[in-house]
Amino acid sequence: MEDINSTVISSTQTDTKSEPHHLSIPHQHKDAIGAKIGMWLFLFTELLLFGGLFLLYMAYRLQYSKDFVIAASELNLFLGTINTIILLTSSLTMALSIAAIQREKKKLSIFSLLSTIGFALTFLVIKYFEWSAKFQHGIAPKSPELLSKPNGEIIFYGMYYSMTGLHALHVIIGAIVLSFMFVFLVRNKISSKDYIKLENSGLYWHLVDLIWIFLFPLFYLLH
Amino acid sequence: MANGVIAAKFENYLEYKKHKGIFAWILSTDHKRIGLLYLVSMVVFFWVGVTLGFLMKIEMLTPGKTIVDAQTYNSFFTLHGIIMIFLFIIPGIPAVFGNFFLPIQIGARDVAFPRLNLLSWYLYVIGGLFAIISLFLQGGPIDVGWTFYVPYSIRTTTNVILPLFGAFILGFSSILTGLNFITTVHRLRAPGMTFFRMPLFVWALYATAWIQVVATPVVGITIVMVIVERAFQIGIFDPAIGGDPLLFQHLFWIYSHPAVYIMILPAMGVVSEIIPTFARRTIFGYKVIAFSSLAIALIGYFVWAHHMFSSGMSNTSRAVFSLLTFLVAVPSGVKVFNWVATLYKGSIDLRAPLIYVMMFIFLFSIGGLTGLVLGSLSTDVHVTDTYFVVAHFHYVMFGGAAIILFAALHYWFPKMFGKMYNEKIAIWATPFIFIGFNMLYFTMFILGYKGMPRRYWSYLPEYQTLHIVSTVGSWILILGLAIMFGNLIYALFKGKPADSNPWGGVTLEWQIPSPPPVENFDEIPVVNHGPYDFTKINESTNGRY
Amino acid sequence: MEKQHKEHMIPYGTYVLVWLSLISLTVLTVTIAGIEIGRLALFVALAIAAIKSTLVISYFMHIKFDDLIFKFFLLVALVTLASIFILTATVFFFR
Repeated sequence: MEDINSTVISSTQTDTKSEPHHLSIPHQHKDAIGAKIGMWLFLFTELLLFGGLFLLYMAYRLQYSKDFVIAASELNLFLGTINTIILLTSSLTMALSIAAIQREKKKLSIFSLLSTIGFALTFLVIKYFEWSAKFQHGIAPKSPELLSKPNGEIIFYGMYYSMTGLHALHVIIGAIVLSFMFVFLVRNKISSKDYIKLENSGLYWHLVDLIWIFLFPLFYLLH
Repeated sequence: MANGVIAAKFENYLEYKKHKGIFAWILSTDHKRIGLLYLVSMVVFFWVGVTLGFLMKIEMLTPGKTIVDAQTYNSFFTLHGIIMIFLFIIPGIPAVFGNFFLPIQIGARDVAFPRLNLLSWYLYVIGGLFAIISLFLQGGPIDVGWTFYVPYSIRTTTNVILPLFGAFILGFSSILTGLNFITTVHRLRAPGMTFFRMPLFVWALYATAWIQVVATPVVGITIVMVIVERAFQIGIFDPAIGGDPLLFQHLFWIYSHPAVYIMILPAMGVVSEIIPTFARRTIFGYKVIAFSSLAIALIGYFVWAHHMFSSGMSNTSRAVFSLLTFLVAVPSGVKVFNWVATLYKGSIDLRAPLIYVMMFIFLFSIGGLTGLVLGSLSTDVHVTDTYFVVAHFHYVMFGGAAIILFAALHYWFPKMFGKMYNEKIAIWATPFIFIGFNMLYFTMFILGYKGMPRRYWSYLPEYQTLHIVSTVGSWILILGLAIMFGNLIYALFKGKPADSNPWGGVTLEWQIPSPPPVENFDEIPVVNHGPYDFTKINESTNGRY
Repeated sequence: MEKQHKEHMIPYGTYVLVWLSLISLTVLTVTIAGIEIGRLALFVALAIAAIKSTLVISYFMHIKFDDLIFKFFLLVALVTLASIFILTATVFFFR
C-alpha cells in the first residue's frame, strides 16, 4: 500500500535541459493517477481472489442447494443485517473523509476517518460473537458435530468460514491501513493538495464493503 | 543515431553505489539492478532444476531402481516442476529483461513503483526459500507433482503446506511485477512514444502483465484453500466429505493455463526484437503482432479446461474447450509467419542471438503443432498423461521460453554488462543444445505415443532403448548449456568492452551507453518514429552495419 | 502534478443519498428474502446486490467521474470474472 503511493515519474514534465542532474536519488514526483491505476489493478487481484471462492460457492450451491438452505437457517440474520448496515455506513464515512479533505476540512476528515475505523472494529466484534456462538453449538471446522452432518452442510460451513474469514482478514488489514492514514492526516502528510494515500485506502475500504454486499445475500438470505 | 551517443552525465548503473557492498544490490530500487538480482537468483534455481532433471533421466536408464527409490523420484519430478515453473520460467523473461529493458524501451527512468519492484524480488526469494526449506523438514519433500492435485495434496504425509505457501508468495511477487508494468506503460512513456510506437517486446510484456494481474489471484486462493483444507478439514476439496476434486482442477488451470502464456508471450516479444535487428529491416506486420499478443492473452484465458479432457467433464464442455484451444493457434501462427516474413529478403546477419531465435522457431513450431494433437479430443484421450504431454510442454516451455531467455541473454548481454562474449563459443554451444534437446525430448513423443505414462518410476523393458537415447540426449544438452553459461560468465569478467550498439539495433536501449547510466537517459528522448525504423541506420552505413 | 487533482468534487449530499439508497436496498432484500418466491429469490437477491455494488463503485469509488481508462480497466476485470463464471458454469450445467 505505502509503495503504491510513492511513484516516480520521469522528470521531463517538469524540468528539461537546464538543470544539471546530480548524483542523487532520481527526481521523485507524485503521480496521483499512476498511483490510482496501481491501486485499481491491485483491487482487481482482490476481486479475482474472492472470485475463486465465489466460483466454488456457485458450484457447490448448484450441487447441494437443499443442504445449503438448511445450514443457512442456522445463521443469525439479524446480526448479518446489522453488520451490512455498519459496513455500508463505514463506506459513507470513508467517502466523506475524502470529500472533507478535498475541501480542506481537516477536522471533519479526521472525524469521518475515525468513525470508519470505529465501524470496522464494531463489525469485527459482531463477527466475533457470531463465530463464537457457532463454535459453542459445535459448528466449528473439524468438530465431530459438524462432520456428522450431511456433506452439503459441512461444505456450506466450510465456505462460510473461509469466505467470511478472508473477508474479516481484509477488514482487519483495512482498519490497520486506515489507522496509518489517521496518523498521516494528523501530521499533515495528507492534505487537500495530496490526498492520494487516503483516496487509495478508501478504494480498498470500499472493495471490502463490495465483497460483503455479495457475501450477505449468499449466506444469510437463503431459504 | 548509433554514433550519436554522448558521454553520460550519470555514472553507469553498475558502478553507482548509494549503499556499500551487498546492500548496493539488495537495497537498490534501480530497475536494472533488480533485473540482475532476478537473473542471478533465477540462474541458480535453474541449475538446481537442471540437476534434478539430470538425476531423473539417470534413474530412467533402467526399468526399476537405478539410483533412487520411487518415493524420491516422486519428489524429484515435483521439485523439478515447481522450481522450473514457479521459480524460473514464470518470472523468467519479464522479471529479468522486462525489468531491465521495459523502462528503457519506452524512454522512462524507472518503473512506476520502484520500491514495490524491489519488494517483488524479496517475495520471490522468500517464496523460493519456503520451497527449499520444506525439503529438510520432518515429513520429507513434497511428492504430489507440481500441479498439487487434490486429493493427493490433502492426503499425503509429506510437507505440502510450506511449498504451497511458497507458491502463494511467488504468485504475489508475480502480481506486483505485472501491476508495476501496466502502470509503467500507461504513465511513463516518453513524449511521442505512442502505443503504436512501442517496441513489440513492450507490447508482449503489457499483455503478459494483464494475465499476471487477473489470473494469478485465482491460483492464489486455490492454494490457500488447499492449505485450509489440510489444516481444518472444511470439505471443499475433500471428496470424502462431499468436496469435488474437479473444482480444484478448474481453479488451478484457470491460472495455470494462462500462466503458459505468461511464460511464452514475453519470449515472443523478444523474438520480435531480435529478428528486425539482425535482418536489418522493419518488422513485418507490426500491428498484427502487437494485437496477436493481446489476442493470445485473451483467448488463452478461456481454454484452461483442455487440461481436463479426461477428468470427467461432459462432452459439450469438452467440445467447447477444444474449439477455443484451436483458436489460440491462430494468433500464434500469425506471429510465426510474420517473423519468417520479416527475415525474407532482409540482410541477415547470422549472430548468436539470431541462431537461438531460429532454434526457437523450429522447436516452438513442433511444440505448437503437437499441442494441436493434445487439443483434439480423440487424440488427447490416447496420449493424455503420457510422455507425449511431457515432450509437448518441454518443447513449448524449454524450446520456446527458455531458449529465448538464452537468446535475450546473448542479445542484451553487451548492453547489460558493457562486455562482449566470445561469439564463436556462443555459436558452438547451439548445436549441442539443439541435438541434445531433440534427442532428449523427441524420444519422449515416441515413448508417449507408445503408451509410456508420465511420472512413472519404472517401465516395461521394451521402452528402454528410447529411454537410453533420451538420457544420453540430456547429457549433450547439459554440456551445451554449460558451454553457453561458461562463455557468458567468462565474458562477465574477461570480456572485451562492448560498443553502445554492437548489433545496429534501433530501439531506445541501443541509443544509450553500455552499460546504461543510473537514470537511463540524460534527457528523456522525444520519439517521432516507429520502433523498427532502419532507414537512417541503413543510409549512414550503406545497408551494412 | 496539481492538475491531476482537479477532480470532480462530489457534494456531501450525494454521498448521503447514495448511502440512504444502499440502506433501503438492504432492507428491501431482507424483506424479500422473507417472502416465498422460490428459485426467483436468488436472482432477486443477486440483482439487488449488483445494484448496490454499482452504486458503491460509481459514487463511493468515483468511477463515474474518473478517466476513461479506469472504466476500461474495470470492464476488463469484470468481463474476465464473468467469463470464468460462465465457462465453469457450463461445465457443471452440462454434467
